Amino acid sequence: MYEGVVQDLIDELGRLPGVGPKSAQRIAFHLLQADSLDVTRLVSALVEVKEKVRFCIVCGNVAEAEQCRICSDPRRDLTYICVVEEPKDVVAVERTREFRGRYHVLGGAISPIEGVGPDDLRIKELLTRLADGAVTEVIVATDPNLEGEATATYLARLLRPLDLKVTRLASGLPVGGDLEYADEVTLGRAFEGRRVLDV
Amino acid sequence: MHLRQLSVVDFRSYPSAELPLKPGVTTLIGLNGQGKTNLIEAAGYLATLGSHRVASDTPLVRAGTQQAVIRGVVVRDGHETLIELEINTGRANGRNRARLNRSPAARPRDVLGTLRTVLFAPEDLGLVKGDPSERRRFLDELLVTRQPRWAGVRSDYDKVLKQRNALLKSAAPVLRRGVRRPHRSSTPLSTEPMDKGVDKSVDPNDGTVNALHTLDVWNSQLAMVGAQLLYARLRLMRDLGPYLSEAYDEVSAATSDARISYKSSLREEMAAAIAAGAVPEMQALHDEILASLEAVRVNEIDRGISLVGPHRDDVVLSLGQLPAKGYASHGESWSFALGLRLAAYQLLRHDLGDDPILILDDVFAELDSGRRDRLAALVADCEQVLITAAFPGDVPSVLSDSGTTYRVTLGEVVRAD
Ligand SMILES: Nc1ncnc2c1ncn2[C@@H]1O[C@H](COP(=O)(O)OP(=O)(O)O)[C@@H](O)[C@H]1O
Ligand SMILES: [Mg+2]
Ligand SMILES: [Zn+2]
Repeated sequence: MYEGVVQDLIDELGRLPGVGPKSAQRIAFHLLQADSLDVTRLVSALVEVKEKVRFCIVCGNVAEAEQCRICSDPRRDLTYICVVEEPKDVVAVERTREFRGRYHVLGGAISPIEGVGPDDLRIKELLTRLADGAVTEVIVATDPNLEGEATATYLARLLRPLDLKVTRLASGLPVGGDLEYADEVTLGRAFEGRRVLDV
Repeated sequence: MHLRQLSVVDFRSYPSAELPLKPGVTTLIGLNGQGKTNLIEAAGYLATLGSHRVASDTPLVRAGTQQAVIRGVVVRDGHETLIELEINTGRANGRNRARLNRSPAARPRDVLGTLRTVLFAPEDLGLVKGDPSERRRFLDELLVTRQPRWAGVRSDYDKVLKQRNALLKSAAPVLRRGVRRPHRSSTPLSTEPMDKGVDKSVDPNDGTVNALHTLDVWNSQLAMVGAQLLYARLRLMRDLGPYLSEAYDEVSAATSDARISYKSSLREEMAAAIAAGAVPEMQALHDEILASLEAVRVNEIDRGISLVGPHRDDVVLSLGQLPAKGYASHGESWSFALGLRLAAYQLLRHDLGDDPILILDDVFAELDSGRRDRLAALVADCEQVLITAAFPGDVPSVLSDSGTTYRVTLGEVVRAD
């Protein structure tokens, strides 16, 4: 244990996802030794992100305006929606340059253990977007793990009565993984080889 | 294959220990509580990533420390592989880690298959007399030893089960309202996808329909992963059966008709076919799991647990017409437990064209002299056998004379010959 404020910083850092106690310590001491200008920049980035960034009212992606860059881009194809779990997955799919449609960010996956059910995801918002019939294909790109698969199956069944194609990214993605960590080539291929979800 | 070297740091009672090993028989002699089993437990852990004695890793790490290390050099076809495992219990060190020939493995699971062991210990009497969970564990561990990829399926199945049970518990009130609706009385024998009974006109605002849909989704997952696991177990049973009958007879010097059959939690007709030795196609098992889940749905929602699937199954051991559990004598029970392990050994040997390492922990003292000598004869041609015993006299001299003996005293391992 360290003295007051240093330990406070370590504790705060340790609460971030993916940061264990050891990394928290390392980051804390890095910051202690860093140039105070660097730290100021980090602080203002943190404050600004909380002030300026919100969630796109259409797709749920992070946005600096009411709508995100992708939703407000007229060149995007309105007949496709790619459904992902988190905003970071939008970034991963964008990197492949394989997809020219728009996104829908669910905000997670169905996981009863964590108390996350369909009501806690942005599924109603998805149904609203699909209501006018402009979208002809929904590509479900939830993570290739059990919770992601369960969410994909749930969506496929939910959307079945609607007149549109529901597809899932082709396997080949590392199972048990995070979409975010799939490399561009693999993810790109998964897009090309997507299959219709049978329910 | 054989181990050429086994060493541990802060594992169980050992601050550190090194055990050079050779093919053939190695015997560890020492009074109770001196640390013999601790050493062979480490060897077993290198092969299975688990202890044969305890379910959690915590007791494996030496009291007062937070990290144990096990290292082993495996020799197979003249090739050496160094396996290193870190078992971490302290929060600061993070998860367990593994290295193969000094390069980090992405997951500890990736080392499975590098070393293969078959371990027989006094606890194995539980295979005959204990709960179904012990027999399921026997099957699943053998499955993974034979084909490591089943470790992934196994762990997926556990996860699906946890998710599904969490849902059954948390959504119980809503689900209960749902199952009382008239449309739920649709024929429970249907093998259609089970959302058949659920309203098609989905209203995402309806909590009950939502919960039922979510349950259906986890039924699909359970059926998909469960069918794979079940299929694998059934094929394993089919392959293991003949070895078991043979091993039992050899150990007991009798013709006894010892048999194993799989007791499934599926509906009666399928369960009967499986008990009779049928190995249905994976798709058939999948559909049957779905239908069986459908049939017990009301009951499951009442009790808040999953009542169908490989986690509810058992292996029935029988001698002639009688089940071993509750009927077999003490000696017969030992023969059965030993028979299962020896059968596993033979199966792996024939399957892989390579001997796993046979580990016999404190078992000679438990056997009568006939079984003892026959066991000695059976293991004499194994590539490597590790034996522990309290007294040199417990081990048949045909085994101890030919090999290396170590004395284990209070965590010190010293060569005795
Ligand atoms: N995590 C641990 N830390 C320290 N000592 C341990 C630990 N686990 C077991 N022991 C000690 O190891 C001894 C048992 O060793 P074991 O190998 O089972 O004996 P045996 O020679 O009879 O097979 C006991 O004295 C027990 O207290
Ligand atoms: Mg012992
Ligand atoms: Zn948007």
